[in-house]
Amino acid sequence: MSLDTTYQGRNFRSVGTRPLRPDGVDKVTGRARYGADFNMPGQLVARILRSPHAHARIVRIDTSRAEALKGVKAVVTAADLPDLTEGDQGLFNTLENCMARTEVLYDGHAVAAVAAIDARVAKQALKLIEVEYEVLPHVTDVDMAARPDAPKANGTAPNIAKQTEFGHGDVDAGFARADVIVERSFLTEQTHQGYIEPHACVASCNSDGTAEMWVCTQGHFVYRQTCASLLGLDVSKLRVTSSEIGGGFGGKTHVWAEPVALALSRKAGRPVKLVMSREEVFRASGPTSATSIDVKIGATKDGRITAATAHLRYSNGPYADGWAEMGAMTSFACYDLENVKTVGSEILVNRPKVAAYRAPSAPMAAFAVESAVDELAQKLGIDPVEFRIQNAASEGTRSSYGPVYGPIGIGPTLEAAKAHDHMKAPLGPNQGRGMACGFWFNFGGQTCTDLNINADGTVTLAVGTVDVGGSRASLSLIAAEELGIDYKDVKAVVADTATLGYNDMTDGSRGTFSSSMATISAARNAIEVMRQRAALIWDIPVEDIDWEDGHAVARGENYGNLPPLSVADIAAEAGTTGGPIAGHSEIVADGAGVSFATHICDVEVDPETGSTRIKRYTVIQDAGKAVHPSYVEGQYQGGAAQGIGWALNEEYVYGEDGRLQNPGFLDYRIPVCSDLPMIDTQILEIPNPNHPYGVRGVGETSIVPPLAAIANAISNAVGVRMTHIPMSPPRILAALDREKAG
Amino acid sequence: MVQVTLWGGLVPLADNQKTLSVEAGTIRELLRKLQERYPGLEGPIRNEVAVAVDGQIYRNDWSQELPPDAEVFLMRRLAGG
Amino acid sequence: MASLPVSTTINSDDVEYLCHADESLLDVLRDRLGLMGAKEGCGTGDCGACSVIMDGRVVCSCLVLGAEAEGRNIETIEGMADGNTLHPLQQKFIEHAALQCGICTPGFLMAAKALLDTNPDPSEEEIRFWLAGNLCRCTGYDKIVRAVADAAIVMREERA
Repeated sequence: MSLDTTYQGRNFRSVGTRPLRPDGVDKVTGRARYGADFNMPGQLVARILRSPHAHARIVRIDTSRAEALKGVKAVVTAADLPDLTEGDQGLFNTLENCMARTEVLYDGHAVAAVAAIDARVAKQALKLIEVEYEVLPHVTDVDMAARPDAPKANGTAPNIAKQTEFGHGDVDAGFARADVIVERSFLTEQTHQGYIEPHACVASCNSDGTAEMWVCTQGHFVYRQTCASLLGLDVSKLRVTSSEIGGGFGGKTHVWAEPVALALSRKAGRPVKLVMSREEVFRASGPTSATSIDVKIGATKDGRITAATAHLRYSNGPYADGWAEMGAMTSFACYDLENVKTVGSEILVNRPKVAAYRAPSAPMAAFAVESAVDELAQKLGIDPVEFRIQNAASEGTRSSYGPVYGPIGIGPTLEAAKAHDHMKAPLGPNQGRGMACGFWFNFGGQTCTDLNINADGTVTLAVGTVDVGGSRASLSLIAAEELGIDYKDVKAVVADTATLGYNDMTDGSRGTFSSSMATISAARNAIEVMRQRAALIWDIPVEDIDWEDGHAVARGENYGNLPPLSVADIAAEAGTTGGPIAGHSEIVADGAGVSFATHICDVEVDPETGSTRIKRYTVIQDAGKAVHPSYVEGQYQGGAAQGIGWALNEEYVYGEDGRLQNPGFLDYRIPVCSDLPMIDTQILEIPNPNHPYGVRGVGETSIVPPLAAIANAISNAVGVRMTHIPMSPPRILAALDREKAG
Repeated sequence: MVQVTLWGGLVPLADNQKTLSVEAGTIRELLRKLQERYPGLEGPIRNEVAVAVDGQIYRNDWSQELPPDAEVFLMRRLAGG
Repeated sequence: MASLPVSTTINSDDVEYLCHADESLLDVLRDRLGLMGAKEGCGTGDCGACSVIMDGRVVCSCLVLGAEAEGRNIETIEGMADGNTLHPLQQKFIEHAALQCGICTPGFLMAAKALLDTNPDPSEEEIRFWLAGNLCRCTGYDKIVRAVADAAIVMREERA
């Protein structure tokens, strides 16, 4: 049965409450099993040898001494992996990133891997592998790489790998009409998702061609597909189980070492456990782009933007992807612009392959645009919130990336910000307030759930979207709501790839959005079955049976003597009325709708040290309908905190030698508890018209505004426009010195 | 007839046409006709296309009906975190 | 490499094990004793995911040698609940949604327990600075701080 996904207003009894999460006890008692918490009989330990060079040709690899070491069971290099040189470019890049083939393309690029009886022997074996490199010129800086005379980062490919343009109208004519124009260039440094759990997996290939993998991932079905394609396995023969995941934020949507673990296991004929060190996580997995962005915005005296342009250069690592393109699409998406043009340039550099990071590419673009918008409002003498309200996109606006918006807009978050008491609170000396807007494309995707009615009337809900932050609680609420039963009678689990149909990853803020849609559909299907079973029990036509508050109810006076049948009553008769009762659902959850947020931030800057403290922070975002409000707040707060770290401290620091200088949490400093205040949240609930309960994805947008909100706050506090993220103490002091020097 | 606008990256694969008119009742029919007309679009359409119909973005549901005179954008399928 | 015999107390039980001289307490707990509640987030003492309590002090078990546990009293997350009764901190972390992915949670609980064992009525600032050695990337710490403060109230009431 296909699901009617249109929003139906209803009075919720479970959705919107805050019950305890089903995986809570496991997680507070240390029993929850993450990627590294699983072992298999006869398991070996893997270690990876990584390049010490930013760019070099591999002249020769000699693994013979390592192979001869007692306790070493397998050594693999690219020679042990399929050669995809002639095949699909995307797959080739993915595999080459897991293991360098002819050239190493960044500091930390894998060149060989070892499986041994324990970590001690594996480490010893790595030292016995001889790699002869011919060092090649490298480039790690995004602007340097874009110069015509820059060394090429990857083979003969141009460093400006792709250029994409968006927009409409005539920007020249628009600027000609402007009374005031702001034109500025901005830089943001590369950051890492910083999940606390390093990548980890246990891979086990059997001699009969079957294989199993236990892995921390945001998408075990996608990992299965990718690993099978890379290694030439049948998809059906690779069973992937997702462990509890210790954070991902986009970084666990890509495979890194998992194909290598499978290759080692295949060669050794034994299970292999591979856990990355923190240093490996930083050097060889998942950073976001470093960016260099030029923005120009013009407006009339009365505060109407007449034209806007942006040129966005995003580092991609050594492989061309679409990160700048996404920045170009999102940059002006909050505004109603008659004339707009954005250009995104994908820049290749000798740094690790860029991975998605929570609303990927949007925060940097928002930093540049929202800083310029703020400056423009200042020059015009218009309140920054008012200026944004005057120019905000709304229903019918042609978006800067092309399509016309439906009934969604940034307006409500701006109006809420305007009315918020945070905006009226007094500021102390050296303090400043900033605000900014953010936009992100949420999405849905392929989704599948099974809802089984157990013999006692309780419900097991099997979902295929990995739970990254409480979605099992949300989806149990959804099942309880639709079936009309208690939350405590539903138990949600994340099923492995052999026991449920394909699911896309938990990304694009889709976990709760899409799996709730599939859960509603599965529950409705189960209700249909239960009505039919009730009809058999009562021996009356199924058309005469309604489903109300978790019970089959016979409709009409003829049946006045039939007491309603509960789920448990019907389940008890399952064996005599046709067998097990279940509802299944396979859907594509399109219709996620775009998402907007507005953040407000107060900072205090110490003029002596240049150090910034966040004094107060408020997140305002539309959730459509908050299924479990505590975990919606959690997404808002977590995204804001990551944005605060990005804005103030976090950055990859590369030396002249092209090597990463700070691959650890000591020198790559993410916010700690004492750095932050409480983070206030305001959840707006404007129902999503394309979801039965009005739900909207909430996971990503909260990281988009902070960079700009904090930059605007600091600029207001110190009187100097900040244009380089992170705004670490030395950068703030330098900006103050430049201002003094005039 | 629906009006289809291609994103910048696709334009060179479609004889440098940015906007095209296509007679199609569903997204699937539209994509099929575009590939017939411009075989170079086949790869991107298979791997990396999302379709905005009157502002609503579809990534999977190619059975979606296109209203007459719908405004259609071919967009890149985005990555998410 | 020769192994060293170690006698120690873990969660009130006498425990004996053999470990290498350079082996961390974290590796001993996880790989030799099956106590996998402590997590390795960094291996360099920066993230606190491996926090345990040693003789009343919170330590990063990745920075303590297994051999150093000789004669000490170690508390780990596995010993925090009393059978099926959760410690107030554990209960409040669940109630306040103070965890999302949960990987940092055992470390936070150990650190917070060490705090409340010595300071039953900490201010928000004291909680924040005490927990500054434990990294959480999901929550922004807001709900963690609230959970610790709320657990402190419960524990004070229990004592009174």
